[in-house]
Amino acid sequence: MTAMSALSTNMRQNRGLYGAVILLSIIYLIYNILHPRGFSSAVLIQNANESVAIVFVAMAQTIPVLLGGLDLSVGAVMTLAACIASVLVNGSPLQIVFGMVVTLAAGTAFGLCNGLIVVYGRIQPIIATLATGAIAIGLALFIRPKPGGDIDGDLNWALTNSLWDFVETYGLFDPDAPWFAPVAWIPVPLLIILVFGVCVWLPFRRTVLGRTIYAIGSAEGAAFMSGLPINRAKVAAFTLGGFFASCGGLYLAIQTASGNADITQAGAYTLNSIAAVVLGGTSLLGGMGGAIGSLIGALILRVISFYFRILSIDPLLQPLVEGIVLLAAVSLGAFRVLRVKNRLELFR
Amino acid sequence: MSDQPFLQLTGISKHFAGARALENVDFACKRGSIHAVLGENGAGKSTLIKIIAGVLEPDSGAMFLEGQQVRFSNPAEANSAGVVCIFQELSLVPDLTVADNISLAAPPLKFGMIDRRAQYRFAEAVLARIKCEDVDPNALVKDLSLSRRQMVEIAKAVGKSPKLLILDEATSALTRKDVETVYGLLEDLRQDNVASLFISHRMNEVERLCDTLSVFRNGRHVETFTKGTKTDREIVRLMIGREVDAHFPPKPQAERTAPHLQFNDLSWEGRLKGASLSVGKGEIVGLGGLDGQGQKELMLALFGVLRGVEGTVKVGEKTGAPLSPAAAKREPRRICLVPEDRKTEGLMLPMSISDNLLAASYSRVSVGPFIDPALESEAVDAAIAKLQIKLGSPQDAVATLSGGNQQKVVIAKWLMTDPDVILLNDPTRGIDVGTKQEIYRLMRELADEGRAILFYSTDYAELIGCCDRVAIMYDGSIVAELAGAAINEEAIIGASLNLHASGPEAVS
Repeated sequence: MTAMSALSTNMRQNRGLYGAVILLSIIYLIYNILHPRGFSSAVLIQNANESVAIVFVAMAQTIPVLLGGLDLSVGAVMTLAACIASVLVNGSPLQIVFGMVVTLAAGTAFGLCNGLIVVYGRIQPIIATLATGAIAIGLALFIRPKPGGDIDGDLNWALTNSLWDFVETYGLFDPDAPWFAPVAWIPVPLLIILVFGVCVWLPFRRTVLGRTIYAIGSAEGAAFMSGLPINRAKVAAFTLGGFFASCGGLYLAIQTASGNADITQAGAYTLNSIAAVVLGGTSLLGGMGGAIGSLIGALILRVISFYFRILSIDPLLQPLVEGIVLLAAVSLGAFRVLRVKNRLELFR
Repeated sequence: MSDQPFLQLTGISKHFAGARALENVDFACKRGSIHAVLGENGAGKSTLIKIIAGVLEPDSGAMFLEGQQVRFSNPAEANSAGVVCIFQELSLVPDLTVADNISLAAPPLKFGMIDRRAQYRFAEAVLARIKCEDVDPNALVKDLSLSRRQMVEIAKAVGKSPKLLILDEATSALTRKDVETVYGLLEDLRQDNVASLFISHRMNEVERLCDTLSVFRNGRHVETFTKGTKTDREIVRLMIGREVDAHFPPKPQAERTAPHLQFNDLSWEGRLKGASLSVGKGEIVGLGGLDGQGQKELMLALFGVLRGVEGTVKVGEKTGAPLSPAAAKREPRRICLVPEDRKTEGLMLPMSISDNLLAASYSRVSVGPFIDPALESEAVDAAIAKLQIKLGSPQDAVATLSGGNQQKVVIAKWLMTDPDVILLNDPTRGIDVGTKQEIYRLMRELADEGRAILFYSTDYAELIGCCDRVAIMYDGSIVAELAGAAINEEAIIGASLNLHASGPEAVS
């Protein structure tokens, strides 16, 4: 009884997420069928590599959206982090680790500033982050006026290939050991996504701060009346957003072995992150959804773009087709409107 | 225990934008007592409890808890001092589960994370204490009915183990059975030496439950006395500063008019099961029954909110149910609905009083596509005068008004459309005696003008006092129609429980 009711509530709360998982499975399956080298580890590794940055940025966007706000600086913070990494992540192992820590700390601190400005400056998130996003790009241009940089080659190789390559690169143990074989094919980037999604987001969601974020997005007045730590939760939301965005930036720098303070790219990442959040079933009004959904949503967006390569669609048509597919996918979620018998419920 | 009060306020004053809400109030309450706070809306009761609960800070004055001076800058501080308030506006988060809500601010933790099992067990235990075992702790709050939400709200407060519990109209949305449970709970808490502050407009509740009464009027504390030292009449006089005679306007001689609103065999989603009734012009028909027997759905169906309604509806010569509220309010039907929840369905709280009044009838004050300011202010002034809405300026946000005056705005908004059929869903819930009486008089006037009125109320006295006929709903259909002398409490309760076969004595 208890388990059943918990399950049905879970289904109700995560309907969008499950829908997104099904959609992703279907389109990725078809992609692999159409792909000449489908269902191979190589294709999976390449796809995963190209997805990490947008997945992180989408997870970063999710948390302010759960509050009922938008963070327009996520793409810029990712770019800033990539530029910092392109300067620092090289040299001795200690220097590399130091560079990675500084990169993530910088992005997290930027998110913290966003949160402080929103909470104590009493500025609406959308406009506060529009401004801070421009500042982040400015800093990124200052650090890296021209594209380029230097990233440790081993790190690049180890993090953008399969687990086998990771183990082999750093000589951790014999990569051909029989016990390792069943998992050796798994792409490291895929593992990174899953580890961060599961080990950072899921526990956070179950803290008081995490739940406060949901409560604020659902009914801020009720959250206040219940004595929840509203300000702390808002600051935490933007800080965690900054952390995820810098993870994306760090990976992008490692993957491309360079940094590039590209304003257009930063903007595109921000807008795509919003699309991914919506595709993943998070309500733009706040209070419902989660970062795992956005992870799936971002993957859906990427898979759609992979189709262009194998179907040899004119690249000039890409934005048009992407837009139509996005609209269609989001409309799937709107079908519930047709089922609602009491129209007052549409406005809740 | 000594005679030292648990809570003491001295010289508390609070002003809002020049208007006085509380003026130099001294107030005290003891542990192990249920203390009623009475007064008309706007008397300062809400401000008083908001100050005690940490929602508002007083302009001047001091507050003492067990002799220690305290100052709460938010509800969290008040909660940690043992002061817990059940607010009239629910403080539940709709997208979270019941269990999440009950231990929202201080959930049981395990390794720094919320322990869902412990939280579930705690919710189960608290719900069992208020006899709400039917509420599933895993259900989402937004899926619950208003009365269940109110009980969850009470569970949430009880779960905080308060030393001082404040109930602000906390029983207004409850079913009779739940009200009894809450009474029992308050008695238990009194035994446990908890202080309760009880704000209610229902005199019989206060009579039955409270041992001490305090009356507020115009932001001042008028008098505090022990129950039984004053008659009802004296208490009412203290509250409004004058004597009230008749509660309800006299009913005209019963004469059946031709039915104007008729519906037959109305069914919807298992919540309405073949409801049939007719209402004539000039008639006030009451809708009674236990809470949640389909009364709300019936009104929504007639107003075109629900999809997939089966059965026939006829308004005047027009057959068929309206397909939307926009169609319902237009010629030839001209139906209006004063909804159950004025804050979400009745008003756009941040918008001005004037905008809210005009919201249903912009076409009447427009010339072509433009709203004519002269017509607009004329119409607004007329509406304000007709319902005697007490306000500063029509341009103020409607949220600044007291509950009673907000309800008047909702009613006035619909009267501006000159409706033929008026559906009222519990219009007097949570508003003061004076405004209630104005609404009763207005209903009778509207009926005398030849409008058909369907009036749902949870208060039996209103059904008895106001209505020409009363229809009782049970499980989605109308099980009894009472008229004339047959409209009495015994008959209403009997029909509400669908016990007419076994006779009224089985009820009591």
